[in-house]
Amino acid sequence: MSKLTHLDELEAEAIYIMREVASECEKPVMLYSIGKDSSVMLHLAMKAFYPQKPPFPFLHVNTTWKFKEMIEFRDKTAKELGIEMLEYINEDGVKKGINPFDNGAAYTDIMKTQALKQALNKYGFTAAFGGGRRDEEKSRAKERIFSFRNSAQAWDPKNQRPEMWKLYNTEIKKGESIRVFPISNWTETDIWQYIKRENIPIVPLYFAAVRPVVKRDGKLIMVDDDRMRLNPGEKPMMKSVRFRTLGCYPLSGGIESTATTLDEIIEETLSSVESERTSRIIDNDGGSASMEKRKREGYF
Amino acid sequence: MNDLLKFITCGSVDDGKSTLIGHILYNAKLLFADQKEALVLDSKVGSTDGNIDYSLLLDGLTAEREQGITIDVAYRYFTTDKRSFIVADTPGHEQYTRNMAVGASFADLAIILVDASQGVLVQTKRHARICSLMGINYFIFAVNKMDLVSYDNAVFKRIEEQINTLSDELKLKNIKIIPVSATEGDNITEKSDNMPWYAGEPILNYLENVEIKNTDDEAGFYMPVQRVCRPNRTFRGFQGQVEAGTVNIGDEITALPSDEKALVKSITVGDKESKSAFEGQPVTITLSREIDVSRGSVLSKDSGIKNAWRFNATLLWMDDSQLEIGKEYFIKLGTRKITGSIKEIIYKTDINSGEKLETSYITKNEIAVCEIILDEKIPISEFKKHKTLGELIIIDRVSNMTASCGVVEEIKLDDDELCTIIEGNGLKAKTYLFDEFFYNEKTFSIDNYSLKNNNYGINDEVPLKGESYEYPRYFDILALDSCTAVQIRDAVVTNLIPIDDYFYSGLPIVNGKGFFINIHSNDELISFFDDAKAIDKQQLYEKWMKFETYRRIIFSAGNWVI
Repeated sequence: MSKLTHLDELEAEAIYIMREVASECEKPVMLYSIGKDSSVMLHLAMKAFYPQKPPFPFLHVNTTWKFKEMIEFRDKTAKELGIEMLEYINEDGVKKGINPFDNGAAYTDIMKTQALKQALNKYGFTAAFGGGRRDEEKSRAKERIFSFRNSAQAWDPKNQRPEMWKLYNTEIKKGESIRVFPISNWTETDIWQYIKRENIPIVPLYFAAVRPVVKRDGKLIMVDDDRMRLNPGEKPMMKSVRFRTLGCYPLSGGIESTATTLDEIIEETLSSVESERTSRIIDNDGGSASMEKRKREGYF
Repeated sequence: MNDLLKFITCGSVDDGKSTLIGHILYNAKLLFADQKEALVLDSKVGSTDGNIDYSLLLDGLTAEREQGITIDVAYRYFTTDKRSFIVADTPGHEQYTRNMAVGASFADLAIILVDASQGVLVQTKRHARICSLMGINYFIFAVNKMDLVSYDNAVFKRIEEQINTLSDELKLKNIKIIPVSATEGDNITEKSDNMPWYAGEPILNYLENVEIKNTDDEAGFYMPVQRVCRPNRTFRGFQGQVEAGTVNIGDEITALPSDEKALVKSITVGDKESKSAFEGQPVTITLSREIDVSRGSVLSKDSGIKNAWRFNATLLWMDDSQLEIGKEYFIKLGTRKITGSIKEIIYKTDINSGEKLETSYITKNEIAVCEIILDEKIPISEFKKHKTLGELIIIDRVSNMTASCGVVEEIKLDDDELCTIIEGNGLKAKTYLFDEFFYNEKTFSIDNYSLKNNNYGINDEVPLKGESYEYPRYFDILALDSCTAVQIRDAVVTNLIPIDDYFYSGLPIVNGKGFFINIHSNDELISFFDDAKAIDKQQLYEKWMKFETYRRIIFSAGNWVI
């Protein structure tokens, strides 16, 4: 009897979950952040329903501060695969001029958390797939694959539904919704190995290239457009950098690297001494409980 | 490419579960530098003496850190040269048993910690019981805190005996008992010098090498259908995961519950065409002809899976509100969600002693065997025969909570299936002549029946002798409910006739249940038929039937056999 490899097993689990949601949930959506985890999720969704297209739309919550290359990649991908890609921007936040430089934590809340809630409400989605992984952060390590949100979209970590075998309970009341994490059990290394095995396209920012960056609090921030505010005396330097996670460019720390192939990236990841979220600035405010706090408030 | 081993750690509070995992990760240099930093920092704030507290690696929720306990399952991931691992660290407190069960349902192997200074506790037994219930077949009992008992072999031996007793009672398979110290790192990743008397391997070694065989003995192929894929008018594919066996193009499969057959026309694994697919793979199957298949159906080949709507299951109750007999719940089994109810609590199991107790109600964290009735027949199996179609959850229809989980122990077939059918000449006689029922001595529920489910036709030989019956070689059967008479000659079915055409033949006559009917002439036969129409069943039995002539009740291995 043949046996599945560990990537096969993770793939089968994710596909099973996606099919369950598509069959049992009234109005699902897949959140698409353009990052590598989203690329893997999209690829899995294409496989899960083949030869059909995924029977749900994709949603990108745009803060308007994403890297240019990300937006180009998103539009190209949606067109090539023929999938429905929705974009949501919190226009109210844009009008108020909310930005990552002046507003700090409030920026993340308004442009990401609030925007996501508004988008889910606007379309009435009852289930939203996310690419969260349990190895990313300690409170995520505790979250179920099917994670329930009350009508205020808050998470109650102390009262999670038991999740037995692969018998997922998708029952919800009006106003409630489910966040579903099909790749909960994948690690960053699994993601990279799978991208390589399946030849999945990803945003070029993951590969090292010479890019204009400034160094802030030990992190390399890319000057992606002229909205980047430079401190007095600060001058962009040209450095060979790549990004381990992608988000809003003023908040995404790059690392110095010469890795231009997937093999080199996997090599770097395996020998990495820093887990990936430290390069994302938002997680460092408020110590190890901050992610849990944001999740309770409705962050993905 | 590595394979994947999923395991859990469980055991009583403060037995050192989180510390053990923390130590494996720490020792195997599997922590990222920033996690290490955060750990040292957290330890300064979180632990009482400022030493590194490995458990802080895993207790990720604020409430857990505040209370210093594990509330919910934490998942951790690591890879060695030999294998990839997912470990679920589960809570030890009784009130969070259901979270522990979540971890157990996910795992192939359980590490159960036992505190060397305390031995096997009630909670150890509870966890072992739940692991076994959830289908875990591989166990490591880690006798922890050996440093606190001076690495004494005698202490270990005493606990080893307790564990063996428990393991015998629960019929656990594949047991390893390893003396360890999670804080000191003895026998965790490396063999300890402190316990030269222990000849076995350290925990990590065993985890890396143990070969897991979970579904090897499941019969045939089956796939519960998750969804029907219809991208256009011509393509109709059934999507699901192969749960056991192999399927090939050209195989004849049966769709349940419709019982229709068709050939496999194409197989797609993920998005790639394939000639065959095996256990664990996500597939899309198309068939040679249009038959009744939808979500919740099962495609099967040689699996012996049947449709049923009544069964007994062992349940772990997980909801704050107690089980209500007769209340309508949602039951999810395979890919089918259906309404059903619990008809009866047959008994509950004492967590500590394993004793079967009579009860009329079940509360949170209790284990009980119950009879469940579904609103429709669905494809279902005993858990020990086909794992995936023997697992179920019960959902409260008002609160939507997953109120219980359980495994199917025994399927109850319908009356017409739970008997022996004798067919011929266009007639069908339902009989129980050759069926035996094993009633549990204490609960008087049916533990088992020798359900042969056999159909006999003309010229077939019938089994004249069983544990609790013996018939003569020549006799007639009057199956009154089926209005059919059957002739048995020299242990062979020779003829079936409508009961109205039957005349006394001089041979003994039995009814459909094997009672001798006290008839010795045609006149008596006529008066018996008159009575059968005129008087009630009890009177008819008292007047005409004798049970003991050919059948008897015997006692055998804790069962009354009838």
